[in-house]
Amino acid sequence: MISAKNISKKFGGKQVLFSISFDVNKGEILGFLGPNAAGKTTAMRILTCFLLPNEGTATVAGFDILEQSIDVRRNIGYMPESPPIYPEMSVQSYLEFVAWIKGIKMKDIPKRIDAVMEKTSITHVRDRICGRLSKGYRQRVGLAQALIHNPPVLILDEPTSGLDPKQIIEVRELIKGLAGEHTVIVSTHILPEVKLTCERVIIINNGWIVAQGTPENLTQKIKGKERLQLEIGGPGEEVKNALRNVPGVANVQIEIHELDGCFKYIVETEVKADIKKNLARIIADNKWDLYEMRTLGMTLEEIFMRYTTGETFTEKEA
Amino acid sequence: MNNIWAILQRELRSYFVSPLAYGIIVGFLIVTGFMFYISLGYFLTMVNSTIMEANIYRTPPPPVNVNESVISPVFRSISFISLLLLAMITMRLFAEEKKMMTIELLFTSPVTTFQMIMGKYLAGLALYVIMLIPTSVYCIILFIFGEPEILPIFTGYLGLLLIGAVLISIGLLVSSFTENQLIAVALSLSIFLLLWMIDWPADIIGQPAISSLLTYISLPSHFYDFTNGVLDSKHILYYLSIIVLSFYLTQRSLESMRWRS
Ligand SMILES: Nc1ncnc2c1ncn2[C@@H]1O[C@H](COP(=O)(O)OP(=O)(O)OP(=O)(O)O)[C@@H](O)[C@H]1O
Ligand SMILES: [Mg+2]
Repeated sequence: MISAKNISKKFGGKQVLFSISFDVNKGEILGFLGPNAAGKTTAMRILTCFLLPNEGTATVAGFDILEQSIDVRRNIGYMPESPPIYPEMSVQSYLEFVAWIKGIKMKDIPKRIDAVMEKTSITHVRDRICGRLSKGYRQRVGLAQALIHNPPVLILDEPTSGLDPKQIIEVRELIKGLAGEHTVIVSTHILPEVKLTCERVIIINNGWIVAQGTPENLTQKIKGKERLQLEIGGPGEEVKNALRNVPGVANVQIEIHELDGCFKYIVETEVKADIKKNLARIIADNKWDLYEMRTLGMTLEEIFMRYTTGETFTEKEA
Repeated sequence: MNNIWAILQRELRSYFVSPLAYGIIVGFLIVTGFMFYISLGYFLTMVNSTIMEANIYRTPPPPVNVNESVISPVFRSISFISLLLLAMITMRLFAEEKKMMTIELLFTSPVTTFQMIMGKYLAGLALYVIMLIPTSVYCIILFIFGEPEILPIFTGYLGLLLIGAVLISIGLLVSSFTENQLIAVALSLSIFLLLWMIDWPADIIGQPAISSLLTYISLPSHFYDFTNGVLDSKHILYYLSIIVLSFYLTQRSLESMRWRS
């Protein structure tokens, strides 16, 4: 449904996107995940034909963003980062205007407006002036605006920012409900959101795609390197060095100082090597006390931090 | 067509929710009414004194021309005041959209750049026409108290419409350069005034080629014939070509936003 090929974007001399390529299948929800200034908004603006790429191109709903931009726009509902509302208009007349320029037939407009107002729970503010709405309500009007022509493709830039917790849950449900019929790209910095709403994630950092896959898949990839947590009674530094010298161990950290002479260690393994046996033997040989040894799961947060803070993990290594 | 109409209508509505539009219309009527009053007063004293002179010398009173002494100067004043106000009317057209980021909505909707330009342009032009309509009261007053020729009034209004159409197209272009309405109004006003006064040094410049060029570029030099009841296709062509040029440059300016913004 969406296919981006080698998209690069520069602002002045500053390169913001580096040869971004990805595909989104029909009915799928894709999450754009990345820290501030990663390039998420820029990528979305290119897909929606607001910006032109310096290199590369993309097709959306079968239309090329460079050659058939009007057709692309007809098939996209876009919710920008800041809701594009005219502050002096009432919610009702704003949505009428949007419906009009999106090319909805005159006789269908009232029906469509009622439907999206219902969906985004703004029916009770339909006569209010947009500029006087609270941030959360503006955000909802922004979402209603994107849905109004029932487009096959939806591009939502941080749709839940500024909403209260109850609304966040509602909007997530709404987005999940769009899957199947609509193809959706959502950007966010909020990791649980990705896990909850997206079937697939693309992690963007500094204009590069640093990872893509299902949330489970990404967790798995890093799992190639296992992490173990051990609680050992013994002289801290000495134990650490001994553990470090076990073949297959990549890194050892002392985590929290526990009771007298007992420390917590995080051991990272290099490859999928079963080294628990060896670790246990070393500890026993030294006559230290082993209180606990368990495998740590990688949360999406940790993966995200790994990929976006320039630590050693990259896709290739994993 | 539908898109142009949608944008035009939205733009007009938003003109009339802001006090600026009303302020501009009221201010325009006050100033032009004042000009009309002065011209008429001046004309009446002139008529009185010629009648008195005629009485003294016992000759028939010479014919006086209301068109020449009232209507034509009033049209010129109106055109100059429109210049000031049109800068204010056009400043927000694109600047506001850029500032509020609603431009993102327009550019990601199935609306062509040309439709956007036309919608906004026609909205500005419509407001200008709305401003001009009440000035017809002045003509009605003249018709009640005298017998002005109708043709120069008709062509005068056509001239006003055309000169406004040119100024609006330039103001629209300038508004597409910036998201700051103050910068837009200052820049368009400077351009308008320059185009207004550019032929003033025509007489002191030695080279006739340059002076005639300056006169040709000047906006009002094409306007005076209209106020005297003369329709010349050369003037109309001049105005239309500036409008087309402005549209083209506005289109380019908006498209270039897609590279930079
Ligand atoms: N119009 C512009 N001119 C110059 N630089 C820009 C422009 N728009 C964005 N940038 C730069 O491009 C980079 C990426 O910005 P972008 O808005 O795409 O990030 P983002 O991932 O959406 O961030 P956030 O999570 O804060 O929304 C930033 O460094 C930003 O400063
Ligand atoms: Mg962003």
